[in-house]
Amino acid sequence: MHIVYPVVVSALLFSIGVYGVLARRNAILVLMSVELMLNAVNLNLVAFDVWLRDRLHGGQVLTLFVIVIAAAEVGLGLAIVLAVFRNRKTIDVDRLRDLSEDLTEADPEEVRP
Amino acid sequence: MNGTIQAPTIEYALLAPMLVVFGAAIVGVLVEAFAPRYLRSAIHVPLTLLSLAGAFALTIWQAAAKGIPTKAAAMGAVAVDGPALFIWGTILVLAFVSVLLIKGEDHFVAAASAVPGSAEEEQALHEGAAHSEIYPLVLFAVGGMLLFPAANDLLVAFVALEVMSLPLYLLCGLARRRRLLSQEAAVKYFLLGAFSSAFFLYGTALLYGYAGSIDLAKISTAVGSVGGQDTLLYIGAAMLGVGLLFKIGAAPFQAWKPDVYQGAPTPITALMASGTLVAAFGALVRVFWVGLGGLDWDWRPVLYGVAILTMVVGAVLAITQTDIKRMLAYSSIAHGGFLLVGVIATGKAAAQNASALSGILFYLVAYGFTTVGAFAVVTMVRDAGGEAWHLSRWAGLGKRSPLLAGIFAFFLLAFAGIPLTSGFFGKYAVFQAAVSGGALPLVIVGVVASAVAAFFYVRVIVLMFFSDPAADGPSIVLPSRGTAAVVGLAVLATVVLGVYPQPVLDLAHSAAQSLFVR
Repeated sequence: MHIVYPVVVSALLFSIGVYGVLARRNAILVLMSVELMLNAVNLNLVAFDVWLRDRLHGGQVLTLFVIVIAAAEVGLGLAIVLAVFRNRKTIDVDRLRDLSEDLTEADPEEVRP
Repeated sequence: MNGTIQAPTIEYALLAPMLVVFGAAIVGVLVEAFAPRYLRSAIHVPLTLLSLAGAFALTIWQAAAKGIPTKAAAMGAVAVDGPALFIWGTILVLAFVSVLLIKGEDHFVAAASAVPGSAEEEQALHEGAAHSEIYPLVLFAVGGMLLFPAANDLLVAFVALEVMSLPLYLLCGLARRRRLLSQEAAVKYFLLGAFSSAFFLYGTALLYGYAGSIDLAKISTAVGSVGGQDTLLYIGAAMLGVGLLFKIGAAPFQAWKPDVYQGAPTPITALMASGTLVAAFGALVRVFWVGLGGLDWDWRPVLYGVAILTMVVGAVLAITQTDIKRMLAYSSIAHGGFLLVGVIATGKAAAQNASALSGILFYLVAYGFTTVGAFAVVTMVRDAGGEAWHLSRWAGLGKRSPLLAGIFAFFLLAFAGIPLTSGFFGKYAVFQAAVSGGALPLVIVGVVASAVAAFFYVRVIVLMFFSDPAADGPSIVLPSRGTAAVVGLAVLATVVLGVYPQPVLDLAHSAAQSLFVR
């Protein structure tokens, strides 16, 4: 198999992930899109590892690290999203607008504590 | 076939500062698991402070007694060289100071999972619950900050990046007051941080495909020798750059910084604004100089543009801010731009590189102390509902509390780079290196941006001293010993570095002299 196939597939996967992060408004779906990007990286690393015939398998080792850290990241992300959902009953990232530029002009008393 | 293998060598003595911090963090987790609740804080605070102080002592001992190593440690994975040791010392002192600030007052939520105003929250407050986990989390973040600028291959850099960032995402969401803003800051920081680290990783993967290694030195040799795969190299380097520039909050990727700095608990903002910036700059300089040094003809124009954009965006947008922490965040963005000027001021000669590097190192120390001090002052000006964040509430502070307002004004002048403050010599060192490196237009933009920035610093000073205090103005809390020590130390550092900067300049110069090990 030519190296171009896995590389193009992973580039597509990464692009889908980027699109998802930019287009989705649900925090969980944004998180899933980030995971898609990380998996594109994994595919890329493994393909390059085989292609380069890396004796130390640096690419595959890095893939293992990415998998572990991605798992940690998801755990943490879900905890944060859950805390927000408990308080606001929504995880729509477009509605998290308390910290945006225009509101800082408002009177300090109007902002929720 | 005599059955022996060659074991890898790990220089434990060289890595000791980092190992002490990580070890203390793990002990902290065990304390959290096994110690009774009423004892936890009493164990955590000394453990955290002692481990940071011990790590600092080990760093000094390494630099003073054993000399600066000329070879990367741990089989080439971690480079403990002159700049790394200098940055370690800086980060450890700044982290120590930030921990004093963290333990100072009740900045953190009692039970993060409870909804504000609910029965659970009442109960947690009644029981006097506290998240003492913040201390191990801070230690993990500091450990990541130590590893990040010393990482000599991209795998270690990625792991360090995540170890540094993941605890900070959590810490951002733990403010006691204005909880919704704090959690929103955590979500924004987390989503954007994960997005940017995915870019960093994709860049790593492409550079691995290009060079056949993730070692910075091997990437550097491959840049000169491997041909025919330039696409991989260029896209990889660009994506790596996106990941790193995001961490320092450079201009197209600066959007998270004001939101996160505003929402996070102020002591954590102080830690992020000082420690994370120092660590990320160390890593950025190492990756671009050591790993992609042969490609500088290509990345230099891009960073040129990014530096200009960062300085202008930081300085101009800060003018319109009405929130004190947001204003300081934009000022931090502008300072990131000034530091990028130093990154560009490299040349072919080693002496030019050393002077640019020592300028960056001195600037990082000067800015780090001033910014911690400024955020410490912010924690002390209180309204009924927490910190008085709106600038209009700061009006007339100079008449109520001349000392505090004077100290804050002094920090603002240091940010602006007025002579006799540390900020002046920081800017001078960086801009001078840039001029001799042939980046004069950049320096002109930098000076203009500094002038614009000075306008809004002076505006705050005028607001504090020359307008009448509101009748129901904010109260100045009597600082705890920790907070008072932080402010005192920051004032001292800002004065000493501004009046008599030579020792630290010499130290930065000798740390930069050997440049990075390869």
